[in-house]
Amino acid sequence: MILLALIPILIQFLEMPVFYTEMFCRIMILALAAMSLDLILGFGGMVSFGHAVYLGIGAYTVGIFSYYGIDNGFIQFPVTLLVCAAFALVIGMMSLRTSGVYFIMITLAFAQMVYFLGISLEEFGGDDGMPAYRSTFGGLIDLYDPLSFYYFVFAMLLAVLYLCHRIIHSRFGMVLQGCKSNEARMQALGFPTYRYKLAAFIISGMICGIAGALFANWNEFVSPAAMHWTRSGDLLIMVILGGMGTLFGPVLGTVLFLLLEEYLPEWMDALLFPGAGEHWMGVLGPLLILLVLFARGGVHSLLGRLSLRHG
Amino acid sequence: MKKIIAPILALTMLASPLYAEKVKVGFMTTLSGPAGIIGKQMKDAFQLGLDHIGNAFGGMESSVIYGDDQRKPDVAKQLADKMVKKHQVHFVTGIIWSNLLVAVHGPVTRSNTFLISSNAGPSTVAGRRCSNNFFSVSWQNDQTPEAMGKYLQDNGIKNVYLMAPNYQAGKDMLAGVERYYQGSVSGKVFTKLGQKDFQAEISTLRASNPGAVFVFQPGGMGINFVKQYKQAGLMGSVPLYTAFTVDAVSLPALKDSAVGVLGTQTWSPDLDNPVNKRFVRDFRKKYGYIPSFYAAQSYDLVRFIDHSIRVAGGISDRDALRDAMRLGGYPSTRGNLKFNNNHFPIQNFYLREAVKDSDGSYTTKIIDTVFTDYGDNYAKDCGMKW
Amino acid sequence: MGLLLIEQAFNGLQFGVMLFLIAAGLTLVFGIMDLVNLSHGSLVMVGAYLATTLIEWTGSFILGILLALPSTFLVGVVVEIVVLRTLYERDHLDQVLATFGLILFFNELIRIVWGPASLYSGLPESISGHVEILPGVPYPAFRLLIILVGLLVALLIYFIVARTKLGMLIRAGASNREMAGALGVNIRMLFTLVFGLGASFAGLAGMMLGPLTSVEPGMGEPLLILAFVVIIIGGIGSIRGAFIAAVIVGLVDTLGRVFLPMLLRSLVAESTADTVGPALASMLIYILMAGILVFRPRGLFPARTG
Repeated sequence: MILLALIPILIQFLEMPVFYTEMFCRIMILALAAMSLDLILGFGGMVSFGHAVYLGIGAYTVGIFSYYGIDNGFIQFPVTLLVCAAFALVIGMMSLRTSGVYFIMITLAFAQMVYFLGISLEEFGGDDGMPAYRSTFGGLIDLYDPLSFYYFVFAMLLAVLYLCHRIIHSRFGMVLQGCKSNEARMQALGFPTYRYKLAAFIISGMICGIAGALFANWNEFVSPAAMHWTRSGDLLIMVILGGMGTLFGPVLGTVLFLLLEEYLPEWMDALLFPGAGEHWMGVLGPLLILLVLFARGGVHSLLGRLSLRHG
Repeated sequence: MKKIIAPILALTMLASPLYAEKVKVGFMTTLSGPAGIIGKQMKDAFQLGLDHIGNAFGGMESSVIYGDDQRKPDVAKQLADKMVKKHQVHFVTGIIWSNLLVAVHGPVTRSNTFLISSNAGPSTVAGRRCSNNFFSVSWQNDQTPEAMGKYLQDNGIKNVYLMAPNYQAGKDMLAGVERYYQGSVSGKVFTKLGQKDFQAEISTLRASNPGAVFVFQPGGMGINFVKQYKQAGLMGSVPLYTAFTVDAVSLPALKDSAVGVLGTQTWSPDLDNPVNKRFVRDFRKKYGYIPSFYAAQSYDLVRFIDHSIRVAGGISDRDALRDAMRLGGYPSTRGNLKFNNNHFPIQNFYLREAVKDSDGSYTTKIIDTVFTDYGDNYAKDCGMKW
Repeated sequence: MGLLLIEQAFNGLQFGVMLFLIAAGLTLVFGIMDLVNLSHGSLVMVGAYLATTLIEWTGSFILGILLALPSTFLVGVVVEIVVLRTLYERDHLDQVLATFGLILFFNELIRIVWGPASLYSGLPESISGHVEILPGVPYPAFRLLIILVGLLVALLIYFIVARTKLGMLIRAGASNREMAGALGVNIRMLFTLVFGLGASFAGLAGMMLGPLTSVEPGMGEPLLILAFVVIIIGGIGSIRGAFIAAVIVGLVDTLGRVFLPMLLRSLVAESTADTVGPALASMLIYILMAGILVFRPRGLFPARTG
């Protein structure tokens, strides 16, 4: 459904300035990050409030390679996966000892630690960040070409969607969802739930790391701002907004959230008075509240209900 | 794909009034969030500048596209993309923060669009990554603390205690002071970014009994620090020297607490030249508050673009326009400015003191000139020659 | 060094009681109503703005504070009735999303009403002086007052929870909401009241922060994160835990900030110490929290489960 929706957008690009391609690249990259979060949040019941940390780690991996003159994506991306897996392993091992709100806060704590670490990395620009060059793939793809970059990100998104689909419907995914609804029962059935959850946590971190690597490529810049706690909050909101525990929900949520961020100020300027757009957050806030109060399960279920009514 | 796009783009360009020469300026700054106050001052000053040039850069039909970067590097990059690729502006400007400037510097300058900094001046942009499409109408980050260091050194001030937030700009600021100040340092502290309470640091500071204190605490942190410094009873007993800490943005929230605080800056509301007098008078009349240096720089920006287009006789020839920009000499609130080879201005740095004015408002007054026609230390790393 | 240590301990305590004021309401609301309220920090901001404005209007510090307290209480009650009431039965995540919306709304409302600039908020002469807490160590009188007020409020909350009928209901509601309701307790009223109280404490913290720090939009969020750290370390729903955790966090943060870089400088090269020290000091409370949670996954004082 979503895939179909994406194609007309693509066609529209042909009449639009290149800017829109770049804008949708950012949306897709953050959608990737939101999907990775949904894998543990929506299917595993693990609310990570520090997920942007992998976005940052992925971005820094590419950035640091680029700093030392290694632009080859065939080196950068696999290493990103490894580094993120290592971080997720350590963070997950400790965080998964807790649950519920305690888990929320401990993941935030780890993210804050890495954030402050990023700020103190003087060699790599500290808080100011550093520029990064786009990855090269031995001449196969030129990421500086907007359309190539778009399709590169799009392919990644499709691949991850497929991967998530497979994970969710595998035995592993079933156990994970079982942990979400009743962990004690899964343990009683003999499943080592801790290990299952840890594995999911690591996979999620790795996917988010890929999003981070793409993010650095898109931005041609790396800074600790990518892993600020508000970014983790944004990711959570994108997932909840779209509908967690669904494959396409996070993508929908990201598209909606980022389009609102882009166009709400313009609409307000046009509809209310010039300059009203500065206060766009004052409108976004109540919108979110209304959405929670009247559209349970996010936009995904809202759309689902609408299509049921028509069909 | 490209082959299909190009003709369509060309067609739309023919159809739009863009074909008739029109100056387009993209003004992106931080309007929302806690730092929104700085963006508001810059936008106010920018609009006053537009009033003064009759809304026509170089006398030509002009349009300005405003944008809010939310102080996030990726949002800034997206906005810059939008301005360059969608609106096809000739100038991108208005950025306040170093990290946002670094984030958009590459993409904008490579697209052959002029990027003009109206505030931040990180060392990389001034040095080895300097670009012929980048200009600054403000300063290089290190210069202001260097001026402070020079003043401390020249006036024989001993035992200075240094404090800045633990981030890149903070480290650069202290390094800038220490480049000229050779005396003894009685303590050096890096505080948390965004810190609210400095009482612990102030206690330690008092215990080390310094001869003077230098702090760099921009924005809200500066308000917190100065208030607490005064409440600790140190104001008056240990002189407080600052950079980017006490200005027209923070003074209304500090009032008496800040009187007597010293700081270096390239500009002050009382700077005596006709452009500045007109700017400060009209700004106070239009908006009802005293402009900050952010506002002055933003106003200069308008006059700089306007003047350069007039000298170049249009905007179609980028090289001629660049040559005109390099000439400097535009009507600036800081008098007649020349550019260095890295496109940063060569200018004076003053020591300012926070005072209560005769009409009861709090402002800054120049009490000394520390540097005359001072260029930055990174210009030598910039390979650009002209 | 000894004197400095004592003075810094005072600073840590003062920071701690300030955190406790914010955390108290948060942990009550969390423990009793099972509501994750991200917008608690906004109430700190609202308190600071109301107090600053009312002090200016009335011309009296005391009167301003006395008027601002019930005003913040009212704001809390209105927020509870309009938005939060419908969220109790919801998922924590729905609550996160909705209260995040509230943060955005409050920040913009403040920006529209008061403008984006920081407000001026001063102190009356009578409490802007110093008290010598030890020979040769002058200490700002207002900060001593904060410690005093914080401790008094802590006692007051303890008294309310442990000794009054309201406290009994709160405890009953916390341990088993449905049962308390079935026994005829007006749970709705109780919740509104508790939320209002929590809001007033947060507002009080904001009022006392006003003269110390910059009164600006968004001033509550950094404090909110710290308050969450406090209630997590203390154990959700536990007032005693919140108090102890607040003082621990206050002391660890303050002493760590001051002494850690000093310590490192005596161990390693100065340039390394200048890089590592402040970074480590910034991370300290998060390391503390993560460490405590690894060994005590439900905080230091796990509250009665419901």
